Amino acid sequence: MKQSIPKRPMMKEWHVIGFTIFLLLVFAVILSAQATGVGQDFSSEQFFDLWAKMANPDWSYIPDIITPLLQTIQMAIVGTLIGCVAAIPVALVSASNIVRNPYVRGVVRFIMNLVRSIPEMLLAALFVAVVGIGALSGVCALSVFSFGMMFKLLYEAIETVDQGPIEAMRAAGGNRNQVIVFAVIPQVLNQYLSFFLYTLEINVRASAVLGYLGAGGIGLYLNTTLEMFRYDRTAVVILGILVVVVLVDALSNKLREALS
Amino acid sequence: MTEKKGNIEIKNVSKVYPNGTVGLKDINLNIKQGEFVMIVGLSGSGKSTLLRSINRLHDVTDGEILIDGQDITKATGNKLHKIRRSTAMIFQNYNLVKTSSVYRNVMSGRVGYYPAWKAALGLFTKEDQEMVKTNLARVNLLDKYYVKARDLSGGQQQRVGIARAMMQEPSVILADEPVSGLDPKTTKLVMNDLKKLNEEDGMTIILNVHSIGLALKYSSRIVGLKEGRIIYDKPIAEVDKRDFKEIYREAGDDSSVEAGNDVEED
Ligand SMILES: Nc1ncnc2c1ncn2[C@@H]1O[C@H](COP(=O)(O)OP(=O)(O)OP(=O)(O)O)[C@@H](O)[C@H]1O
Ligand SMILES: [Mg+2]
Repeated sequence: MKQSIPKRPMMKEWHVIGFTIFLLLVFAVILSAQATGVGQDFSSEQFFDLWAKMANPDWSYIPDIITPLLQTIQMAIVGTLIGCVAAIPVALVSASNIVRNPYVRGVVRFIMNLVRSIPEMLLAALFVAVVGIGALSGVCALSVFSFGMMFKLLYEAIETVDQGPIEAMRAAGGNRNQVIVFAVIPQVLNQYLSFFLYTLEINVRASAVLGYLGAGGIGLYLNTTLEMFRYDRTAVVILGILVVVVLVDALSNKLREALS
Repeated sequence: MTEKKGNIEIKNVSKVYPNGTVGLKDINLNIKQGEFVMIVGLSGSGKSTLLRSINRLHDVTDGEILIDGQDITKATGNKLHKIRRSTAMIFQNYNLVKTSSVYRNVMSGRVGYYPAWKAALGLFTKEDQEMVKTNLARVNLLDKYYVKARDLSGGQQQRVGIARAMMQEPSVILADEPVSGLDPKTTKLVMNDLKKLNEEDGMTIILNVHSIGLALKYSSRIVGLKEGRIIYDKPIAEVDKRDFKEIYREAGDDSSVEAGNDVEED
């Protein structure tokens, strides 16, 4: 046998580039930690006090957090629903296989990218300022967030559908809406439901914390128990959130498996 | 108009693709209701371009295409959709929604008859649901009614495509290599389905093929294309097998002619 695998150049053989980048990253982490002063005013006393109290949860607090926990889930569901439904037409308009005009698509995508670039917590803070303290501002924040997220997932799904049925429906005399109903929706429906559940999962987590900013739900209790140094109750709140998140994730995963 | 529908007049049609490729060059073709025209030609000769110009999946650069007197090259909006509805198309890769049921795919042939919201809610009339059954029965696939399209064989998918086309109640069927990729037996099934539509329902059929054998067996007229021009156009009675040696020889390939000889007659 004369043939053999050609020898790689030295640089590649020893992964020089990858290794250099790794070293640079480590260096950057150390530098930025020093610059920002991470870990300078750390009090180990307070830290251990927190853990000691958290280790003995105040179980009698459970009945108090049931209602806000349910409210958190409700907020997540309503927010996800509003955002995900609103995302449908916008995603369609952004998909290059539905709307041919690149300018229309470009403008819509640009606006949507702006929307998506606002972090969820900032949205919540904004809505608390505008709408006022309460669940409504939480729902608003979650809606806008879901809107941005579903938009991106959905328009990418739409752009990758099989073009064949779309062409067939055009050839059969369908106008744009008819083509969408007959050729696009059937192809993305399962993905859409799956994205919906995924968004819901994220929103349940997020809405648990939103209350911290006054946007309703269990987060408020997180805030108050911490402020009153009732870490034994904080522990119950955190456990409650944990249970809800795990349950919702498990349910959503099961459903998504069934969908695929 | 009282005369039967399904007449196509192609007048001085040329097509240049945006990148400068010449697809069609000065095509003149008059196809009468009830004809079964097969278009033959080498790969790249413009067969698909011609077919797709007829229902305006492609815009032509020049000329006009009259379908029962209406110029599709200038039609817009509702008028365009109506003309397209009367010219059904069958595709080489079937173009079914793979994840939808056979029923849903066949029903989608009625796309042009339902407002989007009604279709979205699945509000199809009793008559149309009956029509789905009738058309599926005609292609012998009624037992696949609830099956997902992706679980069918290629030949079965193509016949679902035919049932879908029939839902349009068209007067013309355009078929772009509908049997490429199918085995001889399935090819026969599909071709016989189309033949039935031609003979029993009087639909005009225009079909692209690579196999001269099929053209000789099923068509009533053969049109040969080469580099976007019509170089051959004869009714089947006047066709001589040796003609095709002429069409294909220049490319140094006459295997299609050989293949044509061993298609059995019955
Ligand atoms: N979208 C397009 N853009 C540019 N050129 C194209 C396009 N589609 C087809 N062509 C060119 O137009 C010519 C005719 O193509 P066409 O697809 O009509 O041939 P065909 O006879 O159907 O070939 P085949 O038998 O391989 O299907 C070819 O030269 C092809 O490269
Ligand atoms: Mg072709």
